[in-house]
Amino acid sequence: MGGVKQFLSHFFVTGPFEIGGDVSIGLVSLAILFVLTRYKLWGWLWRNWLTSVDHKKIGIMYMLAALLMLFRGGVDALMIRTQLALPNSQFLGAEHYDQIFTTHGTIMILFMAMPFIFAMMNIVVPLQLGARDVAFPYLNAISFWLFFFGAMLLNISFVIGGSPDAGWVNYPPLAELQFSPGPGDNFYLLSILISGIGSVATGINFLVTILKMRAPGMSLMKMPMFSWAVFATCIDIIFAFPALTIALGLEFADRILGAHFFTLNGGGNPMMYVNLFWMWGHPEVYIVILPAFGIYSEVVATFSRKRLFGYTAMVTSLLLIAIASYFVWLHHFFTMGAGADVNTFFAIASMFIAIPTGVKIFNWLFTMFRGRIRMTIPMMWVIAFIPNFVIGGSTGVMLAAAPADYQYHNSYFLVAHFHQVLIGGVVYGMLAGMYYWWPKMFGFILEERFAKWGFWLFNIGFYVCFMPQYPLGLMGMTRRMYTYPAGLGWSSLNMISTVGAFVMGIGFIFIVLNIVSSIRHPVKDTTGDPWDARTLEWSLPSPAPHYNFARIPVIDSRDQWWEMKQKGMTKPDDSTPLAPIHMPKNSGKPFIMGVLFFIAGFGFVFNWYVLAGLGLLGVVITLFARSFDYDTDYYIPVDEVKHSEAAFGRS
Amino acid sequence: MAVDVDHSVVKSADHGTMLEYSTEDGALKILGFWFFLAQDMILFACLFATYLILHNRTAGGPSAMQLFDVPGFAAETFILLTSSFTYGIATFQMRNNRLKSMLIWMGITVLLGLSFVSLELKEFITYVLQGATISRSAFLSAFFTLVGTHGLHVTLGIFWMISVMIQLVKRGLTPVTARKAFIVGLYWHFLDVIWVFIFTVVYLTGVMK
Ligand code: HEM
Ligand SMILES: [Cu+2]
Repeated sequence: MGGVKQFLSHFFVTGPFEIGGDVSIGLVSLAILFVLTRYKLWGWLWRNWLTSVDHKKIGIMYMLAALLMLFRGGVDALMIRTQLALPNSQFLGAEHYDQIFTTHGTIMILFMAMPFIFAMMNIVVPLQLGARDVAFPYLNAISFWLFFFGAMLLNISFVIGGSPDAGWVNYPPLAELQFSPGPGDNFYLLSILISGIGSVATGINFLVTILKMRAPGMSLMKMPMFSWAVFATCIDIIFAFPALTIALGLEFADRILGAHFFTLNGGGNPMMYVNLFWMWGHPEVYIVILPAFGIYSEVVATFSRKRLFGYTAMVTSLLLIAIASYFVWLHHFFTMGAGADVNTFFAIASMFIAIPTGVKIFNWLFTMFRGRIRMTIPMMWVIAFIPNFVIGGSTGVMLAAAPADYQYHNSYFLVAHFHQVLIGGVVYGMLAGMYYWWPKMFGFILEERFAKWGFWLFNIGFYVCFMPQYPLGLMGMTRRMYTYPAGLGWSSLNMISTVGAFVMGIGFIFIVLNIVSSIRHPVKDTTGDPWDARTLEWSLPSPAPHYNFARIPVIDSRDQWWEMKQKGMTKPDDSTPLAPIHMPKNSGKPFIMGVLFFIAGFGFVFNWYVLAGLGLLGVVITLFARSFDYDTDYYIPVDEVKHSEAAFGRS
Repeated sequence: MAVDVDHSVVKSADHGTMLEYSTEDGALKILGFWFFLAQDMILFACLFATYLILHNRTAGGPSAMQLFDVPGFAAETFILLTSSFTYGIATFQMRNNRLKSMLIWMGITVLLGLSFVSLELKEFITYVLQGATISRSAFLSAFFTLVGTHGLHVTLGIFWMISVMIQLVKRGLTPVTARKAFIVGLYWHFLDVIWVFIFTVVYLTGVMK
């Protein structure tokens, strides 16, 4: 009995925040179970969502998960800022503070930004290319469920076993068993390893989709800019993620097998981890920003009613950024002391990236120049992004000056820099994309009143929160300190920053209210083209039918749908006869595989190797079961296509 | 996969009459697999880099020179290279639509693969019994991880190949089974290439100093 009790008290984390977490998780789960059972929705959920291989539905699930994670990460952020608002504060205490900034960073990069870009990729790319799905729809579902269960694994650490607390970069030797005993750090490693498999698969999937599944006539140089951005991102994913897998895998080997890769004794070399991590880490920041660049390009052209300015320069700069991002990783640790020559190379390479980035900024500005601009919500997010990125890019160049970085490194100056580019660049971009493509996903438009409140609060809150952090950094405040004494002159700037953070939080609530109120009073999108936009996805009804295109369009120009409209067409050509449509069948295996990976991961976290082995065995069995399954697709008969097109007023 | 009628423009114009490329789905999967191999190559590149950084860090434990046994790794190399060759013959037989001899050559490849894995296991066990375990030194951690990851790939490849053989027996040579056999082959040859690097970077350099 005593043993059980002791086990349980280690297994479940006990403390005021965790018990709060337990209670809220319990209540939310109960509420979900109740609603699903009460309204008999289990079958619906399973058939329409959990087993779906439809890229549009997978995209929507990614987006919901990303918003949920934005909320969780946001709560972490507010707790961090509350702790730092006043000097000598004991609100969280060092231990909790460490856990919370770790989960905050990990969740925001890997379980918020990544799924958000995957959401946009999934929802938009096949529609823009004139394809009926991605190249490998089944693999796409696996990617999603690996991400989802990876994210769940990290999130339960808060209430079971204990959260990781060695920072989102998880540097050894701190993250080694000696200094971080217990399951916390394993949660970090396993959750990212699992979701990372999914990310690589997504990179491959979309690269093949873009290379091979464009509608006839769409040469690469006629491809919409968002798809180009995804193309560049996929290349980065495929060539960067393996480095993360190895960094984390070896660290895991240190922790469970007693290996000596990054330990201080036994000949290990912690700096090897840091190198591997940032060989992924720097490309990663471009993995998340490039799709945002793509979104800005689409939105700017649509709402300026002009062709995107400098298409070729845009493509070139995307590719240059994607490639150059592999040659700058060392700027994250100039202070390692690699020597003046090495540091100089990486400093110059880093500064070089500002050039193609600047080209893009000017091209967006020139697209707006003399355009007929409509100030819609997506457009507002785009315009707000530009000053953000100019400041964030400039401070990036400052940080890239290696000698000066000895001063800025790991100070609040750095913290302000990367939040400016990640929030002002990535999050703004994803929100712009969400508002822009929402009608295509759901068939109604998000209303503007709350959306504007959300926009202004979030944007003003952003500057109030992060501008003070630049001077704070220059005044010597380092990152990851859980408290500071009074009298250093830091107190008022910290207080201002915290106020800004809460304003952003209120802004987020308005965005959620915006969604809720639009669901309750939807403004239907009856035409499929509410913005009078330019690319193919807007030629389809909203939401698009599950087969996307009844007839695959033939492309002859870059802004295909716009050019069609100029010729007086209001819907795609429907004069050719319909043919049966080949579609993949839904499957429960991707979901099951996600569960099994979760079980294996959970087993490894607690060093329960039998459980872990069973989970992995299950994964292998599912893989082989799929391989032996030849009943994976079907045809939609012409009659059914006719029927469903007629429902949209088309033929 | 979703579209096979409409995207006929991309349909394997350059791959002539090869069965595995004859459907759009097959061509897509083969291309996707090439990208998978690209990422796997980066994965191994990171392991090689780690090995190169750590290979002298023996922490007072055994060094490569003391450990590696020339006839042992020479035999492993010979067997694995031969198995790549035999799989090449299997592919050749597939192109000529000779299912039975294709299966025989695949079977030989599986046997060679199995002997490679058992030799490697034996090598590992010998080291461990001498006290040269993964936790002995950074060098040994890097060694076991690099070579072991390759060995794990080979083991998976063996099971995969067997499963494709069963499907070939059950369904004969179709565009789908041909594509599967072709992809396992790509994987197998890729592992062979990786081994050539392991042979040079790990074993040869290890015993030469
Ligand atoms: C002109 C472009 C940019 C340059 C020259 C640049 C430069 C730098 C440098 C030198 C550092 C390391 C500073 C230090 O640790 O002392 C850094 C950190 C960082 N940057 Fe940038 N950056 C640029 C753009 C971006 C973008 C677009 C993003 C993300 C979308 C980004 C995200 C980050 C992050 C997340 C970190 C810090 C990670 C950490 O230590 O936890 N940067 N940047
Ligand atoms: Cu960087």
